[in-house]
Amino acid sequence: MITYPFQYKRASSLADAVALLADGGKALSGGHSLIPTMKLRLNAPDVLVDVGRLPELKGIALDGNELVIGAGVTHGAIAASDLVKQHLPMFATGAGQIGDPSVRNRGTIGGSIAHADPAADWPAMLIAADATIVMQGPSGSRQVKAEQFFTGLFSTAMHENELITQIRVPKHDGAKMTYQKFSQPASRYAIVGCAVVKNADGSLRVAFSGVSEAPFRDKNVEAQLSSGQTADAAAGMSILSDHYASEEYRKHLANVYLNRALAAL
Amino acid sequence: MTNFFKKMSNKFIGQSIKRVEDKRFITGKGRYTDDIVLPGMLHAHFVRSPYAHARVVSIDMTEAQAMPGVIAIYTGDDVKDLNGVPCGWQVNFRNGETMREPKHPMLIATGDTAKHAGDPVAIVIAESKAIATDAAESVQIEWDELPAVANPAEALKPGAPKVHEQFPDNTAFDWSLGNPIEEVDAAMAAAAHVTTLEFVNQRVVPNAMEPRAYIGAYDEVSDKYTLYTSTQNPHLIRLLMCAFVLGIPEHKVRVVGPDVGGGFGSKIYHYTEEALVTWASKQLSQPVKWTSDRSEAFLLDAHGRDHVTKAEMGFDADGNVMGLRIKTVANMGAYLSTFAPAVPTYLHGTLLQGLYVTPKINIDMTCVFTHTVAVDAYRGAGRPEATYLLERLMDLAALEMGRDPAELRFQNFIPKFDGVTEPGYQTQVALQYDSGDYHPVLERGLEMLGYADFRAAQKEAAKTNKLLGVGFSTYVEACGIAPSAVVGALGARAGLYESAQVRVQPTGKVSVFTGSHSHGQGHETTFVQVVADKLGIPMEDVDLVHGDSDALAFGMGTYGSRSLAVGGSAIIKSIDKVLEKGAKIAAHKLECAEGDLEYAEGKWTVKGTDKSIGFGDVALTAYVPHVYPAGLEPGLDFSSFYDPANFTYPFGCHIAVVEVDRETGKTTLKRMIAVDDVGNVINPMIVDGQIHGGLAQGIGQAMFEGTIYDENAQLTNGTYMDYCMPRADDLPMFETDRRTTPCPHNPLGVKGAGEAGAIGSTPSVVNAVIDALWSGGHQVKDILMPMTPERVWRAMNN
Amino acid sequence: MQINLTVNGKARKTDVEDRTLLVDYLRENLRLTGTHVGCDTSSCGACTVHLDGVAVKSCTLLAAQADGCSVTTIEGLAQLNTNGTIGQLHPLQEGFKECHGLQCGFCTPGMIMTAADLLKRNPSPSEHDIREALEGNICRCTGYHNIVKAIQWAADHTAAPLLADHHVWTNEVAVTV
Ligand SMILES: Cc1cc2nc3c(=O)[nH]c(=O)nc-3n(C[C@H](O)[C@H](O)[C@H](O)COP(=O)(O)OP(=O)(O)OC[C@H]3O[C@@H](n4cnc5c(N)ncnc54)[C@H](O)[C@@H]3O)c2cc1C
Ligand code: FES
Ligand code: FES
Repeated sequence: MITYPFQYKRASSLADAVALLADGGKALSGGHSLIPTMKLRLNAPDVLVDVGRLPELKGIALDGNELVIGAGVTHGAIAASDLVKQHLPMFATGAGQIGDPSVRNRGTIGGSIAHADPAADWPAMLIAADATIVMQGPSGSRQVKAEQFFTGLFSTAMHENELITQIRVPKHDGAKMTYQKFSQPASRYAIVGCAVVKNADGSLRVAFSGVSEAPFRDKNVEAQLSSGQTADAAAGMSILSDHYASEEYRKHLANVYLNRALAAL
Repeated sequence: MTNFFKKMSNKFIGQSIKRVEDKRFITGKGRYTDDIVLPGMLHAHFVRSPYAHARVVSIDMTEAQAMPGVIAIYTGDDVKDLNGVPCGWQVNFRNGETMREPKHPMLIATGDTAKHAGDPVAIVIAESKAIATDAAESVQIEWDELPAVANPAEALKPGAPKVHEQFPDNTAFDWSLGNPIEEVDAAMAAAAHVTTLEFVNQRVVPNAMEPRAYIGAYDEVSDKYTLYTSTQNPHLIRLLMCAFVLGIPEHKVRVVGPDVGGGFGSKIYHYTEEALVTWASKQLSQPVKWTSDRSEAFLLDAHGRDHVTKAEMGFDADGNVMGLRIKTVANMGAYLSTFAPAVPTYLHGTLLQGLYVTPKINIDMTCVFTHTVAVDAYRGAGRPEATYLLERLMDLAALEMGRDPAELRFQNFIPKFDGVTEPGYQTQVALQYDSGDYHPVLERGLEMLGYADFRAAQKEAAKTNKLLGVGFSTYVEACGIAPSAVVGALGARAGLYESAQVRVQPTGKVSVFTGSHSHGQGHETTFVQVVADKLGIPMEDVDLVHGDSDALAFGMGTYGSRSLAVGGSAIIKSIDKVLEKGAKIAAHKLECAEGDLEYAEGKWTVKGTDKSIGFGDVALTAYVPHVYPAGLEPGLDFSSFYDPANFTYPFGCHIAVVEVDRETGKTTLKRMIAVDDVGNVINPMIVDGQIHGGLAQGIGQAMFEGTIYDENAQLTNGTYMDYCMPRADDLPMFETDRRTTPCPHNPLGVKGAGEAGAIGSTPSVVNAVIDALWSGGHQVKDILMPMTPERVWRAMNN
Repeated sequence: MQINLTVNGKARKTDVEDRTLLVDYLRENLRLTGTHVGCDTSSCGACTVHLDGVAVKSCTLLAAQADGCSVTTIEGLAQLNTNGTIGQLHPLQEGFKECHGLQCGFCTPGMIMTAADLLKRNPSPSEHDIREALEGNICRCTGYHNIVKAIQWAADHTAAPLLADHHVWTNEVAVTV
């Protein structure tokens, strides 16, 4: 398996990366979504801009009330981070469920959300934790809430020449949170991933990956639960269907995993 | 035949000797075909049909040919003089009509039709793999897409798309075996209870981890070809390729099967790519390498199973099996692969007696063409399908009749027979089992399970969201294929003996050459244990050579769990010849009669004295024959061929315990118990390993694996992201034990262990899920394999 | 482009096409053929090597991405004698042999490299930990039973850290924002 020919450029700084992307380059972070598709020749960028070593995209740190995760931080590093375990434990356990150890050693949170696979794990967690995605483009930096970021199948609110730099997540001290995943047995991606955050004030945020073309916050369920009704997950959503899980079964699983998440809080 | 097993000093036999071959693999020094680089080597990439059924209207290679680094592109027109890949077994229609055997062309030429996705149209040869890949994509082919069919039952329906115009009903042949159908019908009509099951034994992909790889290398000066190939049987490939495909003389062809990364059947067959790289290397006078991608492997490696079956088992009021009636449609794929016709027939129908005294059995088999890659032997080959059928019926019948499934089996088992003091057991379906003792394996299995405790736990679990189930499977299979005369009468176009050469070097070190081939089975250890013990010398003094057609006269290779039973027996024959001649030399040197000598611990001793001569001294004498028996040839080097007297018949009991999540339908395999009787065991560690691997594959079929074709006969799950291979976290530690009933007709008393794990386990796992569901009040008869969570959930909710 | 790597302790400077995968660089340029290719979807782990001390799938990494890094392959795991021959085997190599953790050997280098990564993070893993860690490595021969035992054996027989720790830029966590 060999990709089409392309030119490899390693960005020397954030500014350099942004300039190279503006020239039509495609960002390469961990490469664990991009390279497989290039090898299968489903994707053929002319120029790859390696942002994998930019210090600006690295690191996990507290900034006031927010935990700031660099876009280039690997799933493995997030799973192992004491800061994350302390302030966003769901992110640590959730990251530990992505792929396998080698995938987690290379794949990055920024790459995952830019790729926006409907079955990816991060989106549900980010939406439930009310994260903000920080992007840098030729005309500067902007921020979009995770809830608005994922717009459809492999599509996001990011512009082509933008680079995700950070994920900022409110510290959830005193909150309870969990991510529950039903994996596709071959790929280990999520057939259903359900993230639930219960804040100290008792309010809930519920989000799903894998269920629909885009990950989504299930406000319906949040309302039902807060008013003591039985929850009906993914009601009214268009639901994915494939060999492993039909629409009907997936919807059923969404409810099972919602209940499991609630029970695990 | 005497059993040498008992007579030998057995320092190594029966011991879990650590494998001799391991060192190169754990240090990264294994040499698989793709690791080999020859001077001037070129790289091939195939242009393949994206459609399951389509006519090649035109091929335009101009752009590809102009690309720098492209050396040659060949199409069907260039190879039209080559024959197709042959089929090695002929099974005629029951009315006597000859088996329909379409040509399997090397490349699909303009005007011809591709018959499955991946059928090759052109071979592009370039200086690098990358260039060949790029150029192959630039070959422009105009296609006329035609309707296609993948499901064998669908292919039989009137109006189904035709695979071969000349065979409009898509039938390759039909076949039946057993008692006359009228007798079976009568037995079924008289039965007090008939258990009926309509099911699919789904198509699975062998998935040896090393993708197939070939290097063809032609040497102009010697006019000699060398083919490096990831094969299970180098000599067989040489025979098929030389005699049937390329029409080149065999003595000018050397076939080497270096380290091979697993086979499981898929590397038995001769494939078009093998012949094409060999042929192309001559056209270009440069070596040509091709290595399959995994995506290609999914499309092109012969698949396994793929039966659609209706099975009925009749019982009298006491639960005695009275009859078995089977109607099956088996998929052959688009072309008949090397052993394909034998698999659903002589390797399947003949095993339908199982371990039961069933008096009347009939199988009706129709083998059909579809627009899919060939189906051929995959680990177990026919016997897993037979076992699946029988053992699903047994457990289901027990549930339906309110009987205990273990009890029902005990009641119906064939009584013990050792094949020595009495003849073997003559089945209703042609075979005569060699030796069997079926009660102990099931008894031991139940003991390991803790049956009574399990049933109590199951009752408790039924009150919760996690159901527990146990599934049984007791199997008998046929290994060590086979007496050549028997298989010849049944349509095999080859003999199925094995050959071996034992070459004692002048210093008493021994080189053993075998026609068997190891691709994970550990021959380099097991065979050496046997030789070292038989000769009473250290294992370090013995080396095994395999996988090179130039090193050994002939060989049939490794499949059907035959290596030790057939290949090992050939080695024993050669050792006997060595010892016989050695005794003559020893007697001469010791100035006694041969009859006064006994051989033990590496030396001949004059009985009752301390006069002796060592094996090494005798060897040296044989090569430096100064003081030597008159008329005796120098040298100590013997070849033998061993043609077995019968198949061997291992048997065993596999028990699965599962937990089923009522909410999601997800099944967790909690325990897998296997008690196997594979005859005598040379290396228990290696045999256990073989069983483990087989279990994982059998469990894989039950729970995870299976092809999915769409309405255009496209394989839609041909990657590891879609086709679910069992992983470490899907499986429990296996619980294995053994019972030993020696094979009465080969010198080592061995039966074969390579496939047993895959034969017994599949039905036990499915039975366990059905049992779990019944315990929860869901009286379902069948769940399609693989039992995905959704299928199990639906079974509980429909 | 030119890349500079340290492979099994040796500095290497090589010209490669930009699209060269790390696995192809190792197998074809350096002729280190112990690292295998078993799939084209980054699923099987036969290609696992260590990059700056952590396990990665070398089929899903450009050689260019490894520029300036240190790579350890299966060939670099055993200690070498001064004359370059294989000396003391790594405990995992011993474990695989002791416990019959391999049959055809094709998955084995990847299994061992993945296991080495696990034991570095978790020197005494449970059976469950081991099975989870092998999620991205497929073996078709062994049913994993003896692979699990081999890794347990190595864990029981390991005193020193398994691989020298290199600077791990991929997992750097302590940079300020
Ligand atoms: C075998 C396997 C199993 C997997 N299993 C799972 C799983 O269970 N769950 C799961 O969620 N994921 C899974 N993944 C995907 C994995 O998490 C990837 O790492 C992730 O999706 C992409 O991250 P990356 O850093 O590798 O991105 P890359 O592959 O480098 O890039 C992906 C896309 O994002 C773009 N991009 C990358 N970085 C940025 C940036 N900073 N700004 C803007 N655009 C950017 C790229 O241009 C590209 O389009 C799996 C992958 C593999 C190979
Ligand atoms: S070859 Fe790299 S994961 Fe399969
Ligand atoms: S030993 Fe053959 S694939 Fe693992």
